[in-house]
Amino acid sequence: MAELDKRHAPHILSDRLLATVWATLVCLTAITIAVARIDLGFYNILAALSIATTKALLVIFFFMHMKYEHALLKWLLFLACVVLAIFIGLTFFDVAFRLQVRS
Amino acid sequence: MSLTGIKAGASPRGFLSSPQDAGGLRSWIFSTDHKRIGLLYLACILTLFAAGVALGLIMRLKLITPGNDLLAPQTYNAVFTVHGVIMIFLVVIPSIPASFGNILLPLHIGAEDVSFPRLNLFSWWLYLTGAVVALVSIFTGSGAPDTGWTFYVPFSERTTTNVSVAVMAVFILGFSSILTGLNFITTIHQLRAPGMTWRRLSLFVWSLYATAWVQVLATPILGITVLLVFAERVLNLGLFDPGRGGDPLLYQHLFWIYSHPAVYIMILPAMGVISDIIPVFARKRIFGYNMIAFSSLTIASVGSLVWAHHMFTSGMSDLAVLVFSFLTFIVAVPSAIKIFNWLSTLYKGSIIVEPPLLFTLGFIWMFSVGGLTGLIQGAAGADIHVHDTYFIVAHFHYVIFGGTGLGMFAAMHFWFPKIFGRMYNRRTAAAAFWIILLGMNVLYFPMFILGLMGMPRRYYDYPAQFAQGQLISTVGSWILAMGLALMFYNLYAGVRRGAAAGPNPWGAATLEWTLPSPPPSGNFAEIPEVEKGPYDFAPDPRHD
Amino acid sequence: MIEAHKDYAGAKLGMWLFLFTEVVLFGGLFLLYSAYLHRYHLDFHHAARNLDTFLGGANTIILITSSFFMAMSITALQLGRRGRCLGLLALTVLMALGFLANKAIEWWAKFEHGIFPGSEHLRALPQGEEIFYSLYFAMTGLHGIHVLLGVGILSFVMILVRRGRVRQEDFVILENSGLYWHLVDLIWIFLFPLFYLIT
Ligand SMILES: [Cu+2]
Repeated sequence: MAELDKRHAPHILSDRLLATVWATLVCLTAITIAVARIDLGFYNILAALSIATTKALLVIFFFMHMKYEHALLKWLLFLACVVLAIFIGLTFFDVAFRLQVRS
Repeated sequence: MSLTGIKAGASPRGFLSSPQDAGGLRSWIFSTDHKRIGLLYLACILTLFAAGVALGLIMRLKLITPGNDLLAPQTYNAVFTVHGVIMIFLVVIPSIPASFGNILLPLHIGAEDVSFPRLNLFSWWLYLTGAVVALVSIFTGSGAPDTGWTFYVPFSERTTTNVSVAVMAVFILGFSSILTGLNFITTIHQLRAPGMTWRRLSLFVWSLYATAWVQVLATPILGITVLLVFAERVLNLGLFDPGRGGDPLLYQHLFWIYSHPAVYIMILPAMGVISDIIPVFARKRIFGYNMIAFSSLTIASVGSLVWAHHMFTSGMSDLAVLVFSFLTFIVAVPSAIKIFNWLSTLYKGSIIVEPPLLFTLGFIWMFSVGGLTGLIQGAAGADIHVHDTYFIVAHFHYVIFGGTGLGMFAAMHFWFPKIFGRMYNRRTAAAAFWIILLGMNVLYFPMFILGLMGMPRRYYDYPAQFAQGQLISTVGSWILAMGLALMFYNLYAGVRRGAAAGPNPWGAATLEWTLPSPPPSGNFAEIPEVEKGPYDFAPDPRHD
Repeated sequence: MIEAHKDYAGAKLGMWLFLFTEVVLFGGLFLLYSAYLHRYHLDFHHAARNLDTFLGGANTIILITSSFFMAMSITALQLGRRGRCLGLLALTVLMALGFLANKAIEWWAKFEHGIFPGSEHLRALPQGEEIFYSLYFAMTGLHGIHVLLGVGILSFVMILVRRGRVRQEDFVILENSGLYWHLVDLIWIFLFPLFYLIT
């Protein structure tokens, strides 16, 4: 009754695909550095984090084979990320709304 | 663990016996057999439990009268800290999952072992290492830690006692707990026997599954938090130091992000035990299987959203107080669902009162009192009054000792004949139960009243108006200690001289009871084909 | 009966669960980072200017490239090209060492300027800047430890590949080590903008 097949034939990624992913990651790194030099205020952080997330997804889906894994594993990864987001998000109910004395 | 008087190698001893030339301690501490590892955990947990109880008794004795100076103030601080650290991190967190979970999970799902047997052994070694480091922290350096088990900053950064070593012990123990959780999740997903669908899992396995997720996803937060306390002390990091721009409340957030869900690591497996015991002694299918299984998952997930109810008086934002107070009330719902389902299972059942059922009923009583008084503290307004008083001490002892503790004792009495192949004296067990139940209530109930009267927790001394309650409470601790002693003596005598129990003395329907008692080393001779649910009892189940 | 250790998918599930715990472990630090960024955003902007974007960017490229080699080494072994797999693993380890050397240079320069946890120089700065550096040392330090562990793990896997313990038919250990290594890369992908690019 194993959810994940025990003798599942693993998917082999071609060097060409991996090289494409690598090139994209390098480009995104260049872009994020370039974007950081333009002053967008708060949006700088937003841009940096969205680019970082895109890079992370590329690494997860291709380098880490997640694209070819069972849906269960994808859901579990999603769950872990949601949990972390909740930990940080709920903390902001305190952090963002606290009356504090600034030095 | 040696059972003298029985021929070694004879099959009635199952996994307890070793091949002639390979017995002894080594065959245990290096065994990858999940049942042996489970028993190793059980032995360690019970030993440390005894140590924790001893510290508790000393504390109660010191508090018997106002002005008593049995312990010096600094010693008193160390005693309640070490009592908490031992009981939480070394006893209650691993309690049921690491011992009975290990022994029973593969049996319940029809597997030969867990997914990663060597990792399982490694977890136990980590646990042992953590225990040793914790002991080292008590007896070396400049005194045992005196921060309370919560290690709150900034005090834990500044105190000269041995906090650095103690937090490393907690880190190692957390790692051990994570690996157990990881192992269990993989096992439940991958190693179920043919026909063992998710809806045929025992509710104990469901509870272990939910618990394992909490272990995996919440424990790392504790890990990083205690690492940071270590770094604050040793590397002078200053992240929580208010004098250097740090925010001590962020420490409290991190600490409770783990430590509230940890409450569910403690209680969920006990609820699983209860859900497995009740139908056996009511001779009825469990009422609301789906709801109980589902509520385990709900408790685990909603339980991760409520941590800041430990911080209502800490000075965090009012909005956060509001939000977390509200969320706390939601988490009470799935717990209540379980209680109603258990009671409905008992309703009109053919109840047979045996020791495991007694402990189970004790659990329901204690957990209900503990749970309902928890709501008083979950309500932000009421919490302002009772926060950090004996009320909270009473509350969590009702839940943790009355809940997890009695749940564990229920498990011990229920699976004892399976694990050791022998039966304890049931009348003595019942007597021990009543003494324990009485002792617990005499010990902890007065603390509710003391708390409402304003007696703060962790205080070294108190004025005369609290004297009566403190005295009653201390007397309760003696009753409880006698009950515990009787229970453990009775079980020990059962291991040594109990009558043979047979494979299925209770007439239960989960898979482990199809095996001989004790089960053989490789569990099932053949991986079983499962065709029925865990609570489908045979027409005439009792063959005693 | 199924041998537990032959459960390929189970081994990977276990590894992913472990990676989740690593994510949450760093998550605690990210929580602190975001809370302090909220409180001290101006100080953070100031302090981040003193970090060398070039060094940080170089390290990002190094880690991405090492991840690329790691992924290729798995492909190589799956195709039965053991020598190529070993070569790529060696390159991965080399990159990791390069990362560590780079990091050491960076930290050393900070120490030279009197910037280390609890230093007088830091104490004289605005509190937010001190917090920024505390986070910087904690997060890049913990990450560095993971890189170091990665070097150890990958070297060990190289031995296993050479001895044939890890081979074309049974490579889950290589794959799981790869997963670990990619995670180290993933974390850096977030650390880099948060510390070097918020000027
Ligand atoms: Cu709580």
